[in-house]
Amino acid sequence: MKKKYKLPIIASGPVHPLQEEMEFFQLYVDGETVVDIDVRLSYNHRGIEKISESLQFDQVPFLVSRICGICSASHPLAYVQAVEEIAGITPPERALYVRTIINELERIHSHILWVGLAGHFIGYETVFMWAWKYREPVLDMLEKITGNRNNYGNVKVGGCREDLPEGIDAEINPILDQIEKKMDMLTKAVLDDPILHARLKGVGVLKKEDAVAYAVTGPTARASGIPIDVRRDDPYAAYDLVDWNVCVQKEGDVFAKAVVRLLETFESIKMVRKAMAKLPKGPIAVEVKEIPPGEAIGHAEAPRGETFHYVRSEGGNTPARHKARAPSYVNVPSFKASCIGEKISDVLITLAAVDPCYSCTERVGVVERHTNRVIFDFDKLLQLSREKTEKIRKGI
Amino acid sequence: MEVIRHLFWLLVFPGFLFTVILGLYACWIVRKVTALIHHRIGPPALQPLYDVLKLLGKETLIPEAANKAVFIWAPVVGFASVLLLAILLWAVDFIPARDNGMFLGDVIVAIYLMVIPSLALILGSSASGSPHAAIGTAREMKLVMSYELVLVMAFIVVLIKTATFHGISDSQNDAQLLSLSSIAQYTPALSISGLLAFLAALLCVQAKLGFTPFDIPEAETEIAGGVLIEYSGALLALWKLAQAVMLVAFPLFLVILFMGGIGTGFGSVLLGLGKYVLVLVLLILIKNTNPRMRIDQTVKFFWFYCGPVMAVAIVLAMLGNYYDKWWL
Repeated sequence: MKKKYKLPIIASGPVHPLQEEMEFFQLYVDGETVVDIDVRLSYNHRGIEKISESLQFDQVPFLVSRICGICSASHPLAYVQAVEEIAGITPPERALYVRTIINELERIHSHILWVGLAGHFIGYETVFMWAWKYREPVLDMLEKITGNRNNYGNVKVGGCREDLPEGIDAEINPILDQIEKKMDMLTKAVLDDPILHARLKGVGVLKKEDAVAYAVTGPTARASGIPIDVRRDDPYAAYDLVDWNVCVQKEGDVFAKAVVRLLETFESIKMVRKAMAKLPKGPIAVEVKEIPPGEAIGHAEAPRGETFHYVRSEGGNTPARHKARAPSYVNVPSFKASCIGEKISDVLITLAAVDPCYSCTERVGVVERHTNRVIFDFDKLLQLSREKTEKIRKGI
Repeated sequence: MEVIRHLFWLLVFPGFLFTVILGLYACWIVRKVTALIHHRIGPPALQPLYDVLKLLGKETLIPEAANKAVFIWAPVVGFASVLLLAILLWAVDFIPARDNGMFLGDVIVAIYLMVIPSLALILGSSASGSPHAAIGTAREMKLVMSYELVLVMAFIVVLIKTATFHGISDSQNDAQLLSLSSIAQYTPALSISGLLAFLAALLCVQAKLGFTPFDIPEAETEIAGGVLIEYSGALLALWKLAQAVMLVAFPLFLVILFMGGIGTGFGSVLLGLGKYVLVLVLLILIKNTNPRMRIDQTVKFFWFYCGPVMAVAIVLAMLGNYYDKWWL
């Protein structure tokens, strides 16, 4: 009979050089092979939804843009779309284009950031440094357009706060050309490197069935052969007014995820160019008098996947309920399907390959102080949430 | 006087002090060139020294689960052995063969001394009682087992080439070839088999130094420093110094084996320095143009790619020896 022994745990977190945020992955290892994984988040719960209920509708975008430093354009956009749906507002066309341009610039910088981080995670520091250098002009561009490198705060209910500055189209195209050229070089270098193939191909495969079962979104789903993209499936902003392609790969491994992101970078560059060329004249916002009672959802395709916001108004000045779901929330559990049975080195790049963003994902977790016993785990919280939803439904 | 001369030789030039300073400088070159490749500015020239001094002033923590004696002595042994190797190699370089006091078979001793730092690292990390270090130890062991055979095969090629250059066909004087001084007279890297052996040995040295793509035992984004995770303060400083001295000794060993050593006189020292820098730059370039490999891939790479190539190189070298063709 095989002796049953306790497996050693390799802890990735709560503070670990892999990621810059607080996260805790307990890898149960047998030699180098990971046989089980325990994902523990909630080190950085900030109570954003609760704060949101105490802010006015106009102030919330500034709050939700701070959910995530990287997706700081898509969260406010999803929220604003929900509020606009409640109030029945259609923003002017120019505002839609400006939103598209800012969101696509965000996607470009986020994807390049991921490429750099992925290089760092597998010890390829040169890719890390180069990618982040190439990302810098995009941030400069965003600063020129919105005033900030991150947390742009440019959307508001009814349109945009600021118009594009004058003469920006003369500046943005050369910068896009420059980024495209450099990313082209980097992409070719990355995709042709035999050692990168050896490290990334066939690693951390998320099969199509698993991807469907875990309901993953964004590049993680698209790399597993599921052609979903909110921008195409439920067009918002000006995504139905410019033509672009959804990039899909079938393999589902880390390499496919990298390819999807690299291709999407080029698509986004194209999209920004087209949007700049078609940019209509006119106002950038409509005046909003009041938000009537009602509820609505808004979603946007963040660089990591679908960002989902639910807003309920009771006719007052503030949202009565505001619920945000970041893409990492559905992408992170897919580790159970993609990581088990892999080697430690592969697991850690697989963890990074969905581009998890922990602070967006944080939910409250209650742990007893001295015994580390989990009092409220996921199931318990889910039950609580369902009970509360039931109560609210009865109230309506 | 003889004693003072020897002490000076061991402690100041080119022993402890000179080697450590050169090693820290080489560390800086590695970091600076890496930074330039990365489009970064890079650290000032004294940064490696500052790092070591700062570490020496820090508290040295020893984990409760650790085997204290092994944990503490491992870096000392590692540092001492690599320093001894460096002194051995300097003696071959700077003193004529007649009176450098080198002995028959010193090259075997050199190869042994090259293994000891890795063994000390394995001992020290396995004594530290951390699961990360345990994974790191297992990886380091696999790494040593994968590259050591290739290194010895490359070394056999060098011996055969030395015999060819020496023009000895009788077995009478063959034994003399087994010393660094006679190996350092020739440049096997100019021949086909010698070049193959040089490239393979370069990769082995890359692995010995723990540079990417073979920084698998440390792999900070996977196992957070692995073998070195529990080391801190003065003991970590010793490991850093050992790594700095390795950065002198291992490339120097390659220069002696494959490129004809350094020799005395201003011109040859300058040329020797050029050879050393060439090896160092090759190491840095490999380091910065590759991602980290997985340990199983590394074992496969050394055993199934480098191994057969080295076997071919040995056959080529034997043919060269038989037909007296130096370029084979």
